[in-house]
Amino acid sequence: MTALVDAAVRPRRRRSATGRFMRRMFLHPGALTGTIIFAALVIGAIVAPVLAPYDWNETDVGMRLSAPSWEHLFGTDLHGRDIFSRVMAGGRYSITVGVATVVLSLVVGSLIGIALGYLGGRIDAWGTRMLDVLLGFPAIVVAIMVVSVMGVGLVNAIIAVAIAGMPRFARVVRGAVLQVREQLFVEAARALGASDIRIMLKHLLPNVVPTLVVLGTLDLGSAILSTATLSFLGLGAQPPTPEWGSMLNSGREYMRYAPWMMIFPGLALFLSVIAVNLIGDRLSQVLDPRSKETR
Amino acid sequence: MRFVIRKILGLIPLLLFTWTLVFAVMQVIPGDPVNLMLAGVPASEEVRANERKRLGLDRPIVERYFHFLGRAIQGDLGEGFRSRQPVSTMILEQARPTLELAAGGLVVGLTVGLILGVIAGIRPNTWVDTVCMVLALVGVSLPSFWIGMLLIWIFGTMLMWVPITGRGFSALILPSITVGLFIAGGFARLVRASVIEAMGQDYVRTAKAKGLPPVKVVLKHALRNAMIPPVTLLGIQIAVLIGGAVVTENVFARPGLGTMLVEAVLAKDMPLVQALIVYKTAAYVIINTMIDIVYGAIDPRIRVEQAA
Repeated sequence: MTALVDAAVRPRRRRSATGRFMRRMFLHPGALTGTIIFAALVIGAIVAPVLAPYDWNETDVGMRLSAPSWEHLFGTDLHGRDIFSRVMAGGRYSITVGVATVVLSLVVGSLIGIALGYLGGRIDAWGTRMLDVLLGFPAIVVAIMVVSVMGVGLVNAIIAVAIAGMPRFARVVRGAVLQVREQLFVEAARALGASDIRIMLKHLLPNVVPTLVVLGTLDLGSAILSTATLSFLGLGAQPPTPEWGSMLNSGREYMRYAPWMMIFPGLALFLSVIAVNLIGDRLSQVLDPRSKETR
Repeated sequence: MRFVIRKILGLIPLLLFTWTLVFAVMQVIPGDPVNLMLAGVPASEEVRANERKRLGLDRPIVERYFHFLGRAIQGDLGEGFRSRQPVSTMILEQARPTLELAAGGLVVGLTVGLILGVIAGIRPNTWVDTVCMVLALVGVSLPSFWIGMLLIWIFGTMLMWVPITGRGFSALILPSITVGLFIAGGFARLVRASVIEAMGQDYVRTAKAKGLPPVKVVLKHALRNAMIPPVTLLGIQIAVLIGGAVVTENVFARPGLGTMLVEAVLAKDMPLVQALIVYKTAAYVIINTMIDIVYGAIDPRIRVEQAA
């Protein structure tokens, strides 16, 4: 009987729920703008090898440091490379690196968070305290220390920023786990003889996924920024990689004569961060039940 | 008072843990401090060995750890490997530019953030609100090294209104704006949310019903009660700023503790790194304790709860 009712009612309700979510999510000027900007940057990065006007590493000494023109929309750099093509290709590094960083700190952070929240007791108390100490440092300082241990480079920059971002995820997930831990379905699972690992991954993790999605999106902007910052300080991507932060670093010396070298990579970086933040803001409004009335 | 003492006592295990962590990390960083100090200058094995002995690097790791800890308890944080000055003097020297920038950034950040947040909060879901919140979002999304360079380019190079580098008040303006914009963004968003919540409370309705002028209602009744979350964020921001704004210092070629820490880490100058971390941790806890006390001043209800 229940199965019949389910079959009759559920599909329609579920579809409309998704539809409602999509409508609430994207029929919002901010989120829509963010999505369009972000999509444009991602598509630009994907099609760069085919559609960019120039090869991003093609030098042309005769055209070095030339101002923006129809031929070179964003001008050229010290070696006569086309900055428009380099900015397009830069998304391949900057955005990918940002996503990789968030995924890494999200996975590690939530595993730690689930373990702390579920196991509780002394492990939780000490673990949480350690996370607090890590949180007390500015992320960029933690990242610099990690890079100084592992060496300079783009992959190490990803790991460094991921480590710096991990405690925040762990804290939030721990809090969420504490809330669901005492609920009946967890007790039921335990009564059925499920192992701790199984309870953590099968019963607790799915319940914190919405929180993780919001947090991950909100964090993506700062992750893109932090990795670009490391590259800007010379600790991440190295030239001639067309990573935005590293391009800004090469542009700073020529700021007086060729400001376009730093204006356009920075603009791309800024647009990608603000786009992600717009999407993340809306996502947290839509997924947070408390905010339904305010907007 | 007991509250403050308990906070300070709570600082001890925290500091101990942080030191140990930093000590461990510094052991793992590749490179020999003596070689880094010599920076490629040829030196005989004997000179190197003497130098290692002077720095205490020839002793076993456990002994070094406790030696450092013992001296630190007496308030002696050691000498910098490179400068051979007491690290406490070095930090004090660099603290001034750092504090200047922190103060400048806070002035800009608080003013802009408070104005945007209050305006948006008393007119939620109007175009004024939208404009303010877009500005706030821009603030948190701007890469500080990019906006710093843009400011230098526009106001320093093109308009020549302010000096690009150096010290003094006029050289502090652009770095302060760079730091302030980021703070303003986050601050404005929290102020807005808190003001909206406070405006819906009974006491605000009462204040309005009493016929108080709107400005007084907002400033005295709504804002005061709305300040707890923004003040919390503010505490974290101050603590971070006091540790040195690494990127802004770098862009504006300013001296400061942020630059000092990066250089010390890269040079494996262990006493200096440790001292800076101690300083940062202490600053962090002290600021947060002060913020806790400020809570009571803002909202007397909290004072009552603490006393009870």
